[in-house]
Amino acid sequence: MSAAEEVVTEAAAVEAVPKRAMTLGYGTSLVVLAALILTPLFVKNFIIFQMTMLLIYGLAVLALNILTGGSGQFSLGQSAFYAVGAYTSAILMEHAGMNYALTLPVAGLICFGFGFLFGQPALRLSGVYLALATFALATAMPQLLKLGYFEHWTGGVQGLVVTKPDAPFGLPMSQDMWLYYFTLAITIAIYIASVNLLRSRSGRAFMAIRDNEIAASAMGVDVALYKTLAFGVSAGITGVAGGLGAIAVQFVAPDGYTITLAISLFLGMVVGGVGWLPGSIVGSAFIIFVPNIAEGISKGLSGAVFGVLLFLVIFLVPHGARQVAIIAQQLIGKLKKN
Amino acid sequence: MELFANQVLAGIATGAIYACMALAVVMIYQAIDHLNFAQGEMAMFSTFVSWQLMQWGVPYWGAFVLTVAFSFAAGIAIERLLFKPLAKAPILTNVAGFIALYAIINSVAGLIWDFTIKQYPTPFGSSPFLGSQLISTHQAGMIGITVLLLVLLFIFFRFTRVGLAMRAAASLPESARLVGINTSWMIALGWGMAAAIGSIAGMMIAPVVFLEPNMMLGVLIYGFAAAVLGGLTSPFGAVVGGFLVGIFENLVGTYIPGVGNELKLPIALALIVTVLVVKPAGLFGRPIVKRV
Repeated sequence: MSAAEEVVTEAAAVEAVPKRAMTLGYGTSLVVLAALILTPLFVKNFIIFQMTMLLIYGLAVLALNILTGGSGQFSLGQSAFYAVGAYTSAILMEHAGMNYALTLPVAGLICFGFGFLFGQPALRLSGVYLALATFALATAMPQLLKLGYFEHWTGGVQGLVVTKPDAPFGLPMSQDMWLYYFTLAITIAIYIASVNLLRSRSGRAFMAIRDNEIAASAMGVDVALYKTLAFGVSAGITGVAGGLGAIAVQFVAPDGYTITLAISLFLGMVVGGVGWLPGSIVGSAFIIFVPNIAEGISKGLSGAVFGVLLFLVIFLVPHGARQVAIIAQQLIGKLKKN
Repeated sequence: MELFANQVLAGIATGAIYACMALAVVMIYQAIDHLNFAQGEMAMFSTFVSWQLMQWGVPYWGAFVLTVAFSFAAGIAIERLLFKPLAKAPILTNVAGFIALYAIINSVAGLIWDFTIKQYPTPFGSSPFLGSQLISTHQAGMIGITVLLLVLLFIFFRFTRVGLAMRAAASLPESARLVGINTSWMIALGWGMAAAIGSIAGMMIAPVVFLEPNMMLGVLIYGFAAAVLGGLTSPFGAVVGGFLVGIFENLVGTYIPGVGNELKLPIALALIVTVLVVKPAGLFGRPIVKRV
């Protein structure tokens, strides 16, 4: 077991994704955007609510994607950042009477700081060790939220009830529909900002670290700074998603943010394609709808059906939705030539 | 002082559970370089199989041997059917595969044997061990079995051809292939052995935590923690890590006021993370040297 393994060339945990392959073309983007804007006009409130959740989880998966696909660090602790964001929003709204829209930047900033600080000790760790550290964070968070000291603000095990905002300016919209468009606007803004971030100098630094840390530091990339920064940005976006989630579900409780959530977000990233930002929404759809489908096929065996479906996806497309997109693109290219 | 000694002893008793699990975790990590999230569920399923055999009238040790053999075969089958096709896929996709396997096994076991808690027999009896109230003969037997497994593994890897071949395949696959080792089957063998060790761990743990489909969840978390603490490259480290985590957990619960059962886990994990920050390869692991 203690084999003499003096020299190991470690393969990068996350394969290199060229930065242009991280986004969609303009045409496709517009079609997706139009679909996202128009669909709620024709469906029931419950489906609108589900679409809102789709966007919110999409944001959280996107955040993980920036961390893992961008900077090559791995996290099983996203549920903790999500919880901090959700609680920040809920506490500010219910105890301080703050406007819901204003709580989101605060949630984002607090989570950014939290993630940035957590990134400091995480610097020393990589691979499974980092996974364990973030996992520890995720298991600790629900217990911390239940602590007696904070009960006055967090509501302890009971959690907090959040009021759902009405549409402003007397717009003739249901609360669900307003919240959907509100979420959509924030999602689009964050998506565009993320794409730009990954195209910027910082984004290139993230990717250099992901592909080869030693080479990156030799070229003058401040590895420690950019690694913690990636953690901070990822946590910040997750925090905004958490805040939106609290407003959409109208309720926060410690048991809503367990390790199961972190694992779901991770699965969403893998299914969507690691390092491919538009895949986040596909992954989010997978983690929201597939458990329901599995339940529909068989109540007693829903876990097994979910597992089998997940296996099918990773067998057919090990690189997730990104692979599907690439295949589709090639097919369209061929059709155009003929 | 007596309280301290008693708590350490009790910690060693719980630590034996974690050590067993950590050993299985390290085995598979050696063979495939990933942490298998479904490890605990595989062990749980094996334990249910042995329980079923005993219900059919097979005596304990007969069921024990049959279950270990079954688990070995099942481990190899899982690798051949599900994970060999994923060998070329990205690491994170493999991890998703483990999670899928976890969901499948958990749900199937729940359907076959339902979620009620079942008693599980112990071959060592449960009277106090050497007059101590804190450690029973079963727990002493469990510690004995863990140490025995460790010794057997050491002999296997140190003195047999297959053990040597497995070590070679794990550390330098390309060179191992060049000298004629079938590395692909070595991985399958690693899965089989990990599943067999897991089943032994399961059968030792079941009398303590009782038998039910979710029995392994907590144990697996501590098992991972123990393996990482001890260093994932060292089976000896895994066992020591298991005992340390058990002792930590007990002492934290005794000496830090206001720590109920709820906070034991976070504090134990926080301590482990602290150790890792100081010693990133675990207590007994070898630091990985990177070639630029």
